[in-house]
Amino acid sequence: MTIASSTQFICFVALSAAVAIGALGVVLLPNIVYSAFLLGGVFLSVAGLYLLLNASFVAAAQVLVYVGAVNVLILFAIMLVNKKENLAAIPGLALRRLLSGAVCAGLFALLLRVAFSTPWATPGPEPLGEEATIRIGEHLFSDYLLPFELASVLLLMAMIGAIVLARRDVFAADIVTGEPADQGLIEKSRTPLLLEKSNR
Amino acid sequence: MNLELTTVPLQAYLALAATLFCTGVWGLINSRNAVRVLMSIELMLNAVNINLMAFSSYVDGQLIRGQVFTIFVITVAAAEAAVGLAILLSLYRNRETVDMERFNLLRW
Repeated sequence: MTIASSTQFICFVALSAAVAIGALGVVLLPNIVYSAFLLGGVFLSVAGLYLLLNASFVAAAQVLVYVGAVNVLILFAIMLVNKKENLAAIPGLALRRLLSGAVCAGLFALLLRVAFSTPWATPGPEPLGEEATIRIGEHLFSDYLLPFELASVLLLMAMIGAIVLARRDVFAADIVTGEPADQGLIEKSRTPLLLEKSNR
Repeated sequence: MNLELTTVPLQAYLALAATLFCTGVWGLINSRNAVRVLMSIELMLNAVNINLMAFSSYVDGQLIRGQVFTIFVITVAAAEAAVGLAILLSLYRNRETVDMERFNLLRW
């Protein structure tokens, strides 16, 4: 991308601050609706980082799939299960949080040490820039063809699995006759069906 | 420090991804709400994607294999989110709660 390096640096600092603070908000905020919207902000900032890394296609895919699909799915799930409940206190919760925080800080230090002590082979070859989308298409239809087709099978399986899992699994019986009633019929026309049977 | 800002090094992206990943791990361990656990998993997947994209741009600029991998990870993450939320809905219907501490049917 033909942005001046200082502009690129400022954009990187702003986007990474948005990602880090947004992620902390997702984890720490008590209201889960705010967390979900902050998660959308984190996804958008990560898409901006992809734009900085010369990857316009992946940035668009990130916005479409993560912000448009995953985040909306999470918001719908929150709407479906958002019941006010008083969480029962657990003994040793503060200790548990402290211990897991220490473990995460250790993991963070380890990752940072690896990142800063390894001699990475940079600078590599010149980045492609706007040619990247063409190259991704070539990859997907030549040497990554099998994973590409498997991904379509995976998406189909996930769709069917989600429908089967989230279906309301009542084996509804008719009130009067006691016969198992068809679920589609009940959901389509609940009242007329029952009224007609009970009037008889 | 020099007044002219230099280009962003690869290590800056790696450090950002490490921050995001560790935040996600902490949230995954400590969240009581099951929806927040799924959100933490999404954060961790995004951290991995940032790593892949950074390496693809800095080390593998011509054959951008990291970007292809990122697209596959995004696909799998979408499938994971759909199935995870469906499991969550079914759990909520059975247990009337989303508290992770009360999903203990199979615990010792």
